[in-house]
Amino acid sequence: MEILVCAKRVPDTSENEIQLNSAGNDIEREDLLYSINEPDNYAVEEALQIVDRAGGNVTVVTVGGEDDEEILRREMAMGAKHGALISDEAFSGSDGKGIATILKAFVKKGHYDLILTGVQAEDGASQVGGMLAAMLDYPFASLVNAIEVLEGGKLKISREIEGGDKEMNEIDLPCVLSIQTGINEPRYVGMRGIRQVASVPIPTLDAAELGLEVAAVGEAAAKVKRADYFVPALGKGAEMLGGSREEVIDKLIGLMKAKGGLK
Amino acid sequence: MARIFSYIVHKAGVADDSAAELVAAAKKIDPGASPTAILTGWGAELDAVSSELRASYAEVWKIANEALAYPNAELVRKALVSILPHDSILLVPHAHFGVDLSPGLSIKLNAAFVSDVLSIEGMEGRYLKVVRQEFGGQVSAHVRCDISSGAVINIRPGAFKPLASAPASGAVVDKSSGVGSLSSRRRYLETVAAEPVDVDISEQPVLVSLGRGIQEQVNVSIAHELADAMGAAVSCSRPVVDAKWMEKSRQVGSSGQTVKPKVYLACGISGSFQHLAGIKGNPFIVAINKNPKAPIFQVADVGIVDDMLEFLPELTSKIREQ
Repeated sequence: MEILVCAKRVPDTSENEIQLNSAGNDIEREDLLYSINEPDNYAVEEALQIVDRAGGNVTVVTVGGEDDEEILRREMAMGAKHGALISDEAFSGSDGKGIATILKAFVKKGHYDLILTGVQAEDGASQVGGMLAAMLDYPFASLVNAIEVLEGGKLKISREIEGGDKEMNEIDLPCVLSIQTGINEPRYVGMRGIRQVASVPIPTLDAAELGLEVAAVGEAAAKVKRADYFVPALGKGAEMLGGSREEVIDKLIGLMKAKGGLK
Repeated sequence: MARIFSYIVHKAGVADDSAAELVAAAKKIDPGASPTAILTGWGAELDAVSSELRASYAEVWKIANEALAYPNAELVRKALVSILPHDSILLVPHAHFGVDLSPGLSIKLNAAFVSDVLSIEGMEGRYLKVVRQEFGGQVSAHVRCDISSGAVINIRPGAFKPLASAPASGAVVDKSSGVGSLSSRRRYLETVAAEPVDVDISEQPVLVSLGRGIQEQVNVSIAHELADAMGAAVSCSRPVVDAKWMEKSRQVGSSGQTVKPKVYLACGISGSFQHLAGIKGNPFIVAINKNPKAPIFQVADVGIVDDMLEFLPELTSKIREQ
């Protein structure tokens, strides 16, 4: 099975405090730690496990700039056979539909049986996979937390729905699935693994090579645009307990007793 | 102004709470709007929901089709594409069904798509200005969306308060004949219920809840020791289950359990909306987190900026001394 995983390099929210920059028009991007979007890493691991069972190859693609190549190399160190960087200044300012349009053009240049994305990236939109499927006229399923390859070009998949219940579906290939975190245990990637793929060439494709009309992507085509970032003044917020750790613990014990959390 | 529709999620013959919330969201787009409910399904359950909705919607479009007895988003999308007028605005609750349906639907309608909207500020020319969150809720963003050729807008459940409006006595319009035969290359098989639980966290009055801040599996014992000292139970957020450090049955959130404790200690939990959606009954929330910007501090009653791995053992020994 030929599997394509669409991945994105994002600021790692578990490692960073995200703050506004002084102009208030963006987050402060100095000193941010970036990594592969966590659900995308699960998607790559899932693709590798499917290929281990059913044969085939895994390709990882991202839309971005030269800095984004590092995540491709990381996922190739995990076992992805190919990486591809799609990069063009004309793509800047694309909305979800623009990114899906770009990915569609890439998909059409190859032959993929299965396309995976992470369920969401740092913007929490969960949109590109479903849009890409609709553009390709492939079936789609979101929030996938188990995949079994069936005979006859089909998969049996589980979707995570409310309360820990699982919605079981059969889906025909080719299809697009958005992968939920926790579907597997992504393998560890060490520095040694990354060094081993350091010299593997990663092709870069631009709009012309993908046969993309520049007018269909980028800021001019985007119907959805972020105007600014801000930190909302929400309610009163928590009463922050200050002082030494010992003082904080004493205050907390007193509060919990009053609220029935401690006898 | 284009016509506004609300997609109604329902289960076992009862409309989801989002049905009323979407009316409030529609009024934020256009104060004069009277949104139309649109619902798909089959049989007596569908009829029960359409009757119920007449009390809150002036018009209810009903699509009865046996293939829609279970809401397979691929089939629902085809049905909606057949009957929605051009340039419509469709509101959909941003939960597992909306995530499945809306992005692809927006492509097929050639409409704009905005995901997980928390607040709507109103129109600016052809643009609708809304508020979303990014980076796990650490920052918010104003987003402008050109809705002049229609839009699919996913609305965060719980973000809009239902209006206390005069009761309607809406008309039910049967749109079933506008939908041809439906088939999909994705077929629903069955729903598998969550596995039975060892400890039912939904019934516990006091929860010590762990998040990503626990860092390593060996540290889980820190929480169990505190819970033992307090007479509490241990629950967790999604990353702890993803890492296989605790059972899924201990996960609080929209894809896990709904809890209603008196006291909730959120330890190293950032506070995503999916997690907060699982906490009901207005408990006393204590948040302990290294990151002073963690969204959990916006909803907690008491906040402590500290490393839970150091703080919790000291709290445990102090409680044991008493």
